[in-house]
Amino acid sequence: MHIPDGYLGPYTYIAMWIIMVPIWYYAGRKLSLELKSRQVPLLALAAAFSFVIMMFNVPIPGGSTGHAVGGAIIGIVLGPWAGVIVISVALVLQALMFGDGGITAIAANCFNMAVVMPFVAYYVYKLISSGTEISSSRRIIASAIAGYVSLTVAAAFTGFEFGIQPLLHHTAEGVPLYMPYSLSVTVPAMVLEHALGFSILEALVTALIFAYIQKTDTSLLYGEADSKKKKRMKNVSTA
Amino acid sequence: MDKIIKNLAIGLVALMILAPLGLLAVGETFGEWSNEEIEEKLGFVPSGLEELSSLWSAPMPDYALPGAGDSMTSASIAYILSAIIGVIICGGLLYFVGKKVARN
Repeated sequence: MHIPDGYLGPYTYIAMWIIMVPIWYYAGRKLSLELKSRQVPLLALAAAFSFVIMMFNVPIPGGSTGHAVGGAIIGIVLGPWAGVIVISVALVLQALMFGDGGITAIAANCFNMAVVMPFVAYYVYKLISSGTEISSSRRIIASAIAGYVSLTVAAAFTGFEFGIQPLLHHTAEGVPLYMPYSLSVTVPAMVLEHALGFSILEALVTALIFAYIQKTDTSLLYGEADSKKKKRMKNVSTA
Repeated sequence: MDKIIKNLAIGLVALMILAPLGLLAVGETFGEWSNEEIEEKLGFVPSGLEELSSLWSAPMPDYALPGAGDSMTSASIAYILSAIIGVIICGGLLYFVGKKVARN
């Protein structure tokens, strides 16, 4: 899902930079205001994890290869805004140092994997797990579905960005200048290979790590430490 | 908390050691073709794509050491080395910046 240089024309990649700069700015500000010292090791670990999990290429029937991103579990555990920063750091390093994803496409890749993924995952998880106890097994299922849906949606965004290129950039004779395939090819290709393959892996990774954290220390989960504190404060004020 | 971080870190180290398994998957990735692969598919390389594709030369393209040969052993070593570099830079950057900006 790492779009290389040359696949997106300037309209798209510049637009993505314009979208991403304020998102990074806001996410960075929010993180620096809310971050507590004890969360820092987990934050660092999440960025390192995201980097490494993306190196695990797996084949799927049909001859394509791809990987999980780790964006869903990061969005659920650290919250979507911290997820933006954490996954972006991994993606920028991959582009600069390893040529995985283009330089011009850094913003587009960060939008798809570091914004769409943690936000979709976080809200899918919240929606499915609402009203359940923190220890509920429904939350593990919620995290798995969040992993599955978020990577598939991110793939659809990527497919869309690919597919609008022949419409935006072509010669007078209609020869494409960048990604040559149109929406009717790119969206199904991206969505299907993820929905039938890589999103299943993302779901497994998400559920596995979620189950571990749920079993060991739920106060690590985004929003849970605060909501406990709020409840306690509420109890104090009503007492 | 510390024990969990430690266990998650152990899991991460295991993933780093196992990373070369990711090299076993051979095949192309949709939308990440090389110029040669595009030429094969279309009979030509779109001119804008060709121009932009050589914009950046990464120091370790595709997580490999340039000029180290392409045996599975050297590819695996380069892959693990890439994972180590990734973990140190990503983890280190967020750790130090995080410690700087974090409250209490």
